[in-house]
Amino acid sequence: MAHKTIVEDGIDVLVVGAGLGGTGAAWEARFWGKDKKIVIAEKANIDRSGAVAQGLYAINCYMGTRWGENKPEDHVRYARIDLMGMVREDLLFDMARHVDSTVHQFEEWGLPIMKDPKTGRYLREGRWQIMIHGESYKPIVAEAAKKSADKVFNRICVTHLLMDDGKKNRVAGAVGFNVRTGDYHVFKAKTVICGAGGASNIFKPRSVGEGSGRTWYAPWSSASAYGLMIDAGAKMTQMENRIVLARFKDGYGPVGAYFLHLKTYTQNCLGEEYESKWFPALQQMVGKEYLDPEASHLTHRPIPTCLRNHCIISEVNAGRGPIHMVTMRAFQDPHLEEVGWENFLGMTIGQAVLWASTDVDPKNENPELTTSEPYVMGSHATGSGAWCSGPEDVSPPEYFWGYNRMTTIEGLFGAGDAVGGTPHAFSSGSFTEGRLAAKAACKYIDDGKAEGIVVSDGQINRRKKEIYKPLEHYKTYRNAIVAGDVNPHYINPKQGLDRLQKLMDEYCGGVTVNYMTNEKLLNIGLKKLAIMEEDLEKLAAEDNHELLRAWELKHRHRAAECVTQHTLFRKETRWPGYYYRGDAMKVDDANWHVLTVSRRDPESGEYTMEKAPCYHLVAEGE
Amino acid sequence: MPTFVYMTRCDGCGHCVDICPSDIMHIDKTYRRAYNIEPSMCWECYSCVKACPQHAIDVRGYADFAPLGHSVRVHRDEEKGTIAWRIKFRNGTEKNFLSPITTKPWGTAIPKLADVPGPSREMRDSQLLYGEPKDIRLDDGGLHTLQSAGLKLKKGVYY
Repeated sequence: MAHKTIVEDGIDVLVVGAGLGGTGAAWEARFWGKDKKIVIAEKANIDRSGAVAQGLYAINCYMGTRWGENKPEDHVRYARIDLMGMVREDLLFDMARHVDSTVHQFEEWGLPIMKDPKTGRYLREGRWQIMIHGESYKPIVAEAAKKSADKVFNRICVTHLLMDDGKKNRVAGAVGFNVRTGDYHVFKAKTVICGAGGASNIFKPRSVGEGSGRTWYAPWSSASAYGLMIDAGAKMTQMENRIVLARFKDGYGPVGAYFLHLKTYTQNCLGEEYESKWFPALQQMVGKEYLDPEASHLTHRPIPTCLRNHCIISEVNAGRGPIHMVTMRAFQDPHLEEVGWENFLGMTIGQAVLWASTDVDPKNENPELTTSEPYVMGSHATGSGAWCSGPEDVSPPEYFWGYNRMTTIEGLFGAGDAVGGTPHAFSSGSFTEGRLAAKAACKYIDDGKAEGIVVSDGQINRRKKEIYKPLEHYKTYRNAIVAGDVNPHYINPKQGLDRLQKLMDEYCGGVTVNYMTNEKLLNIGLKKLAIMEEDLEKLAAEDNHELLRAWELKHRHRAAECVTQHTLFRKETRWPGYYYRGDAMKVDDANWHVLTVSRRDPESGEYTMEKAPCYHLVAEGE
Repeated sequence: MPTFVYMTRCDGCGHCVDICPSDIMHIDKTYRRAYNIEPSMCWECYSCVKACPQHAIDVRGYADFAPLGHSVRVHRDEEKGTIAWRIKFRNGTEKNFLSPITTKPWGTAIPKLADVPGPSREMRDSQLLYGEPKDIRLDDGGLHTLQSAGLKLKKGVYY
């Protein structure tokens, strides 16, 4: 099968994936690199791609330092407690001190931000959240990125990073294919900013059949950020920190505005408050440092997200489900009712579709809540991603190797889901991380660090052969059978995805096993993942669209493997409610108050695991 | 489905194919009209619905939990800068919502950074980003640093 090769050479900054992280990177890169060649490679269409494609009703990370509402260190402390102590506080502080400037730019660009009529300030949904009319959030930031980039390549599925053949562990660009034309695209670049997405669909979803696309996180977030970086040999951190979301049942509609702005609350099937009764036992598991409801009440320190999940899961297991969100009172107020509905229409329309189809009007009926399947990502209430350098004025030596947000691969930077240890970045924080990475990437080039990159034809040709193998495999074996999808020589991407989801669900703590796993299960999971990798060599793709799904599956598989390795390594249950290690149910601060770091050797496929120190930000004299 | 395309309204223009984040809107070769080739990878994000000039695309809720007989229609008007929603419940209840999508005309409010003055050496060496420090607090206040906040990073401490 002949595929045209299209080479884009001489790129200074290549942005892979243009969601909120990638658009921020492309936008900012032009300021620091006036004469630099900035190119975007995006899997979909930059105008509607990434997790914010359908819109967003709130910006969940805004300090409000202009009004003295919060300081960056307040946000660090919040994210620390929410993630049970395990965050990169240097990166968080850095993001938080810049994020307001990003949000102010958004407003200048035309993003409608709601105002409090009494104070004139941005209307707060919660301490960190402000409310927006964000249906066109993505097209707005896409316009900014397009204005800065030299070229935007839409519909390019980036499959691999290119590595420098002249110098070990240095990036040299990326390769992929055009999902429309099938052309092979080679991007030779001095630096790469990985803004690709985290992982939905690596665990079996609660939805089935036609509905299996109704996941909380976008089904097109195919773990490419992790697949690309792990395969290239980048160190990863906190990959065990998968997230489970408490959401409206089936539609996965957001609950943030409901809890925070509409002041709704939850109850069990008997109409009782249930959360607090699980706290004493939970406190035994996690320690008073992490769960102290009395102190929380006094200091307004929030109950960590995962622990609130634990209460829902425990109450349902005790037979007192379903959990209901009490909306009936709030929705009697027409203004609050409108906020409740627009909250969905601005970001999770599927929930509005569900309520319309089931005649659930939250004004007359309290809707059900549920917990989702797990996801792996780095920007919501979880912090999986690459082990990155921090800023020079904040980071200690273990966290600093010269260029902000640079991974352990030279010239490879991260933003958004790609960066580990920076939870609660959300959309504005991801865009800000992209900006920070872009400045550092330009500095890296100006410092002469990207000189003399060599990309051999051998590497380019090898990747090309690898990329199109599923198409070849299909062509070779499709006539071995009469018709249909059952073939002894291959599996298709959907069949492979089903296997991955079942395996991860059952062995790595998915929804059908109540998020429970242990060492034995994880080891079996790793064995099955290894065997699955052999079958991935026999994936068959009928057309370019299936080829896209094939590579998404390969990225998901690699991320899943890394998640399983990390979950095995951390011998404690750090985040009850996200997952449980049945053989180590307690938080073990003596041994595990550390960040976990992994590296997969690109040649051997072996993982090396290590513990990295956890530095906490404290006031002078504390 | 979840999205589907009305046979008599679609003219095969391909706007939905161009915009779908999941690459599932394709043109049927026989009828030369668009359709959803992989409903199980559809997020009901409505990107295609909003982009369709013929209003030919609609959504039917996921078959595993959504009964028939409902609709959520949308009209996104770039010129007016608004988006209008009409939700019809199975039992006939109807709700209408209208929201702004932008406060500025498209293509006018975002500067080209290639045209703004470049950064000084001093700015390059600092921790500042474009537009900062002013854009952070919208006053003359500087960037937060550990020193300015009276903070330090303490290794291995939990509190």
